[in-house]
Amino acid sequence: MDKLEMVRELTNILGPNRVLYKEHQLLAYDCDGYVAQKARPKAVVFPVTTEEVSRVVKLLHEHQIPFLPRGAGTGLSGGATPLNGEVIISLAKMDRLLHVDFDNMRAVVQPGHINLQLTKKIAGNGCYYAPDPSSQSACTIGGNLAENAGGSHCLKYGVTTNHIVGAEIVLPNGNIVEVGSYMGDSLGYDLIGLIVGSEGTLGIATAITVKILKKPEAVKTVMAMYDSVEDASNTVSDVISSGIIPAAMEMMDQLAMQAVDKSNYYVGYPTDIAAVLLIEVDGLAAGVEEMAEKIVHMCQKHHVRMVKVAESDAERALWWSSRKMAFGAMGRISPDYLVQDGVIPRTRLAEVLAKIADISRESGLRIANVFHAGDGNLHPLILYDGRIPGQTKLAQETGSAVLKVCADVGGSITGEHGVGVEKLEEMRFLFNDAELQAQLAIRSVFNPQDLCNAGKLVPKPSRCVEVKRAQQLFQAEQAVYDGFQEHTSILSPAYKEAK
Amino acid sequence: MAKAEADVSLLQLESAFKWPDAPDEDKYSVCVHCGFCLEVCPTYQQLGDENQSPRGRVYLIKSASEGLLPLDESVIDPVFQCLDCRACETVCPSGVQVGALIEEARGQVFYAEPAKGMKGAVQKLFLRGIFPHPNRLKMVGKLTRFYQKSGLQAVSRKSGLLKILPKQLREMEAILPEVPATSALDSLPERIPQRGDKKATAALFTGCVMDVVFSDINRATARVATHNGLEVIVPKQQICCGALQVHAGDREQARQMAKHNIDVFLASDADYIVINAAGCGAALKEYPELFRDDPFYHEKAEQFSARVRDISELLVEVGFEPPQAEVKRTITYHDACHLCHAQKVRSQPRQILRSIPGVTLVEMPNSDRCCGSAGIYNITHPDMAGQLLERKMDDVPEGVECIAMGNPGCMMQIMVGVHRRETDLDVLHTIEILDEAYRREGNE
Ligand SMILES: Cc1cc2nc3c(=O)[nH]c(=O)nc-3n(C[C@H](O)[C@H](O)[C@H](O)COP(=O)(O)OP(=O)(O)OC[C@H]3O[C@@H](n4cnc5c(N)ncnc54)[C@H](O)[C@@H]3O)c2cc1C
Ligand code: SF4
Ligand code: SF4
Repeated sequence: MDKLEMVRELTNILGPNRVLYKEHQLLAYDCDGYVAQKARPKAVVFPVTTEEVSRVVKLLHEHQIPFLPRGAGTGLSGGATPLNGEVIISLAKMDRLLHVDFDNMRAVVQPGHINLQLTKKIAGNGCYYAPDPSSQSACTIGGNLAENAGGSHCLKYGVTTNHIVGAEIVLPNGNIVEVGSYMGDSLGYDLIGLIVGSEGTLGIATAITVKILKKPEAVKTVMAMYDSVEDASNTVSDVISSGIIPAAMEMMDQLAMQAVDKSNYYVGYPTDIAAVLLIEVDGLAAGVEEMAEKIVHMCQKHHVRMVKVAESDAERALWWSSRKMAFGAMGRISPDYLVQDGVIPRTRLAEVLAKIADISRESGLRIANVFHAGDGNLHPLILYDGRIPGQTKLAQETGSAVLKVCADVGGSITGEHGVGVEKLEEMRFLFNDAELQAQLAIRSVFNPQDLCNAGKLVPKPSRCVEVKRAQQLFQAEQAVYDGFQEHTSILSPAYKEAK
Repeated sequence: MAKAEADVSLLQLESAFKWPDAPDEDKYSVCVHCGFCLEVCPTYQQLGDENQSPRGRVYLIKSASEGLLPLDESVIDPVFQCLDCRACETVCPSGVQVGALIEEARGQVFYAEPAKGMKGAVQKLFLRGIFPHPNRLKMVGKLTRFYQKSGLQAVSRKSGLLKILPKQLREMEAILPEVPATSALDSLPERIPQRGDKKATAALFTGCVMDVVFSDINRATARVATHNGLEVIVPKQQICCGALQVHAGDREQARQMAKHNIDVFLASDADYIVINAAGCGAALKEYPELFRDDPFYHEKAEQFSARVRDISELLVEVGFEPPQAEVKRTITYHDACHLCHAQKVRSQPRQILRSIPGVTLVEMPNSDRCCGSAGIYNITHPDMAGQLLERKMDDVPEGVECIAMGNPGCMMQIMVGVHRRETDLDVLHTIEILDEAYRREGNE
């Protein structure tokens, strides 16, 4: 099928205003938040219902045209970048809150629903949606599902996978299935567990059921500034081993502080401190007061320069914006940046940071550090200038070296941003061929023709003959695949009605 | 897979922006493509299309600069669909000056193909033909007043003659407040003494549309300022600020007007230049941007801009007297984009309203989302402007009697909204309410 024909068919399904196909309309969809690799999609379509997504996917599947889902395109690993000339299925217009069930503490949203908007809409009832990636004011819950997004408060409350209980999925052949369970555990294989974090390679989520939580009665936020990263790291370890589980524990280094302090989110960090810690505790009012005091005490034990409890909501909000805007503020100090997302055992923090500093010196590229210290989730921000020939590549190599250090100390190459196209090669730091093959085999069950977001998440193992065989088998048989026919409902009965 | 490198610098393509004063690399290269700006952009909220988002627009402008895109519809449409509301600048952690980039890109389009059709006719007539010329502007005011007073308005409304106008102009005609007999620029004395001790001298910028349709607000501004110890002067040679020209891309015309104003105001002895129209205020504060490439006027523009204050900003800065008399009203406040996003003036108007005994201020959700007025956007892009107006009217809280704001463009737009909804909400300038309180004080 040639492009024109495809456009005609897509227009038949969606109408003329919801299909972009002219070369110049596609430029804005070249990449997501990861700008080091770019490619042009074939078209961009804007469905508004599950049915429409299904019809679009059926058409593309039938004609063997690759496609991929896209939320807000804030992904930092290139998950939504159309490297194979895909048709981008934008879910930006599928942004409705379909149903809220305060009795059972569930909400059902369309995939394009913005994360923070959900919290805003249910705040009146004293509720919120816990996973809070720094990009929460812009990213979608569909994108969060695909990336298994984390966030500052995931230390205590868990990441996205702990909050999504079910989803309606359009499979790569266009069939609609429901996975997960509204209440309790789902039976059989944990398919919702599999879908969360699958980076859009197993299908497209078109309705998502999430847990909502009651807002904690009280919150206290502590800011502590240190002359040495070591002291800050030791405070983190101390707090955790004391048995307190803070709601969040975040760290930024001097370079990161400089960047945000140049932005609208100015806090006024001293220019001669090495690290700032943001520690938040929440829970019942009485206990929170006491925990905050204990934390202040622990900071003092580790030679804190200055420690302070937020005096007002406004102050607390400012501290948090400063932390959350840190990546975006990199534009203040560098034309481009590449953020890494390594995980390490908390106890190795000081050592790993020293190694990162070495890597920075060797490469000649500055590296700022922002991290979810409580989780041992680092975000080294590698600053570069893509206009200088060779620097993009150098930045990518530097990132890879950083991830190698993380893997070597027993950590991981991604805590929350996903593998995308960015960290494909680095998957080999953690997995052997057999393990990668097992992952690809799973993909071929759902996505046998590899039309849906191909080439993301799992690198092809060097010995991939068996996998190819497995894929061919699945393609030939289709039997396993057909098991996912449109079938019994396990989602909310109320949501069904609402639909 | 080998990692590809996006190295456009090697391609050495020619920029699509061939004229002077083009969007510069320093401005677009700070965008790190994070996407924080998407969700605050009114056009992206309505359309979900990244071409019509701040990130997309900056990317298109960058691509055109780098010669990857020609200056055709693909750039022109997004650049002109932008409301220039600057909501994106408020959130952008990187400090991308989206507004300036858009305005400069429009300048390139203006050079390339001065606007055609209906839009072009409107632009030519108003932007070059009327606004820059105070006397012609006054004529329009007089004609409008004649139209309203002579019974012609009643006749034409009855006769159905107005049907030939596009809907949005028809609605404008319907809501247009009665045009005062004289403009403030004409009727106010050149120097108005303050009450009590002199705190400073403020030169009143009377504006163009403001002074035809809303000249009473200018008079209220002068009264409120003098009431608070400010000597007010009214430089008679001043002309329109040029904001609408900048928005339309007619930067050369805007520069000529700016030069004139800079010279007139710098020649006065005023400590401040005070303005009550958000769009004009932002333009005045941004005169230096217009003269990036003119060292002489750049420096003068900086001296000029350093003195410009919105009236609410100035009152808070010099200290204003809370009124004694009551104004019993339940009010909600709409943040004009060019006041909150461009000038960062948010708390001062609220502080003023709260200081008035009897006023209950009810916050409007998303009070800083654009109402769709945006200069002449509601005439050039009636469809999008209409959608945004609907959203704005939906946001007005239950039970309020009045919507206050600090920009004449928004006032007219929201009056259309009130007209459409057939409610009896008052649409007032913040300063009018303060002025009413002071005047009651005098009468007590
Ligand atoms: C400044 C900044 C800060 C960030 N901070 C954090 C953070 O603290 N924690 C964190 O976890 N992430 C963070 N991120 C990364 C990013 O915001 C998250 O990965 C987010 O979940 C992506 O959501 P999105 O809607 O933008 O998805 P997109 O970028 O559009 O897509 C991401 C992936 O999801 C797939 N996808 C999208 N929608 C669907 C769907 N409905 N069904 C199936 N697949 C889908 C896409 O194909 C792609 O592979 C940050 C990003 C930025 C720019
Ligand atoms: S918020 Fe600023 S830096 Fe981020 S994409 Fe938008 S314009 Fe670019
Ligand atoms: S100025 Fe307003 S309309 Fe234009 S890109 Fe920014 S937020 Fe969107």
